[in-house]
Amino acid sequence: MSVLVYIENWDGKLKKLSYELASYGAQLAEKLQMPVKAVSLGKVDEATLKTLGKYGITEVLSDTKETYNTLDNSAIAKALFAAAKKTAATIVVMANNNLGKAVSPRLAVKMKAGLVSAVQGLPISTEPFVVKKMVFTSKAFAQITIKSANRILTLAPNSFGLAEKNTDTTITAFDAGLSADDFATTVVSTNKVTGKVLLQDAEIVVSGGRGMKAADNWGQLEELAEILGAGTACSRPVSDEGWRPHNEHVGQTGKIIAPNLYFAFGISGAIQHLGGVSSSKVIVAVNKDPEAPIFEAADYGIVGDVFKVLPQFIEAVKELKA
Amino acid sequence: MKILVLIGNVPDTTTKVKFNADRTAFDASGVQWIINPWDELALTRALELKEAYGAKVEKIVVANVGRSETEATLRKALAVGADEAIRIDADPLDAFFVATQLTAVAADYDLILAGIENADYNGTAVGGMLAELLDRKSVSAVSGIDLEDDLLKISREIDGGSQQLTMSLPLLAVVQKGIAKEPRIPAMRGIMMARKKPLNVIAAADAEALTAFDHFELPPAKAACKMVDEDQAASLIRILHEEAKVL
Repeated sequence: MSVLVYIENWDGKLKKLSYELASYGAQLAEKLQMPVKAVSLGKVDEATLKTLGKYGITEVLSDTKETYNTLDNSAIAKALFAAAKKTAATIVVMANNNLGKAVSPRLAVKMKAGLVSAVQGLPISTEPFVVKKMVFTSKAFAQITIKSANRILTLAPNSFGLAEKNTDTTITAFDAGLSADDFATTVVSTNKVTGKVLLQDAEIVVSGGRGMKAADNWGQLEELAEILGAGTACSRPVSDEGWRPHNEHVGQTGKIIAPNLYFAFGISGAIQHLGGVSSSKVIVAVNKDPEAPIFEAADYGIVGDVFKVLPQFIEAVKELKA
Repeated sequence: MKILVLIGNVPDTTTKVKFNADRTAFDASGVQWIINPWDELALTRALELKEAYGAKVEKIVVANVGRSETEATLRKALAVGADEAIRIDADPLDAFFVATQLTAVAADYDLILAGIENADYNGTAVGGMLAELLDRKSVSAVSGIDLEDDLLKISREIDGGSQQLTMSLPLLAVVQKGIAKEPRIPAMRGIMMARKKPLNVIAAADAEALTAFDHFELPPAKAACKMVDEDQAASLIRILHEEAKVL
């Protein structure tokens, strides 16, 4: 029996998320007194995969087939199943991101494994196997028992700290046994976001609401985000108006994020919005309405004009970074 | 082409969440139920495809696993334009249980649409599990879908960008925001017509749940927000650096 961590790659590179997953897998395995292994699908060089050893991974199965880059859901699930069999894995851990959400349910059926998505922290108990997760979009938490012998957990980015545990890692060439027929997703074009911090990876998020008044007013907000190395987000009315793209919408029907620091400029804080951001460690709200519900969720607040506050923030951050 | 849209019945998103005394179950008293918002967007896009391509989209059917109280939600889906509804009569115990129940009705449809998340327990798995159980291709995080001859043109979000794909039918698409703009509001005529549309109730099959809710917790009360004056905004950046240590 073992814990298997699925380490995805982005053009052959790993991210902080990869090491968070490795750290989580290693600590979970220690709790269960099992070995922890990883599987990598796609072209990643050995030196890169070796870096997982720093976080406790003992062996990485590496299938370097290029076609994994089409992100075909059933092909990846099939390859993960082959890796789980090869490592006798009873628990598989992966990211609760777009790819993890797409392939974990398919793998769960193959392994007949109980699946809990976006788990918070290590299991509360292992016999029975109980994990905690957010429900009702952050309005509550649930403790969930996984009854099956096999289990799959997905972990939200930025939710588990890195834990170093220097280990020698073996990289093992692995062939999941897939053929060209297994890949049925035809990618016509890919548009990668470059030079910007991705919202789901961001440790700091700067967000604007209707109080920003118009699409043209985002300059200062973007400047603040840039000097902070932060991601940018918005509330639902803003994306509905087309002031900002849909992929920046955080809240009930958009993205659910949990950065270390969330700035809400001109966001009133409708319950649907708060659901998407209330797991943030620190929330700063700037709003002209002192009665705005955002102040009930915020740790720090300013009642005032966002356009008077933003320049002061920008200056102060520049000073701090200087 | 026949389209099946999976419909979750969830508490209105403004609901104040309560649990029973021993916190083992959601307290549904006084709750307004709605179509899960992502499923509602999926249904909206299905209706748009039918309007755009006429007879090419033969019919749109909605399906739910739930008890009789979910029928009001299914009737709403019929009122905005779905042709038929199916209710599989069982409590939706977990994603694996629900997906297994749906296999009884889903195989006939060329395109199955599922929302990416449920607004109640924030599960994301029913669509993907159903695709695997049916041994059918799936695409997730779909933010655009259109027909082109016998193929589907799909936009999906990936971690770090977006992609345009072509996929063949049959397919299951797990959809998210962007797939359709505003959900539709049922008109009186639609509500009248919905009463005459078929809502078929099917007995549940033998299936098991792999997970179970042990109990629920409400988040701890938040400390009061510390206020800073507008003209002292710069001091807040120092506080975030020195006190909160997040900068």
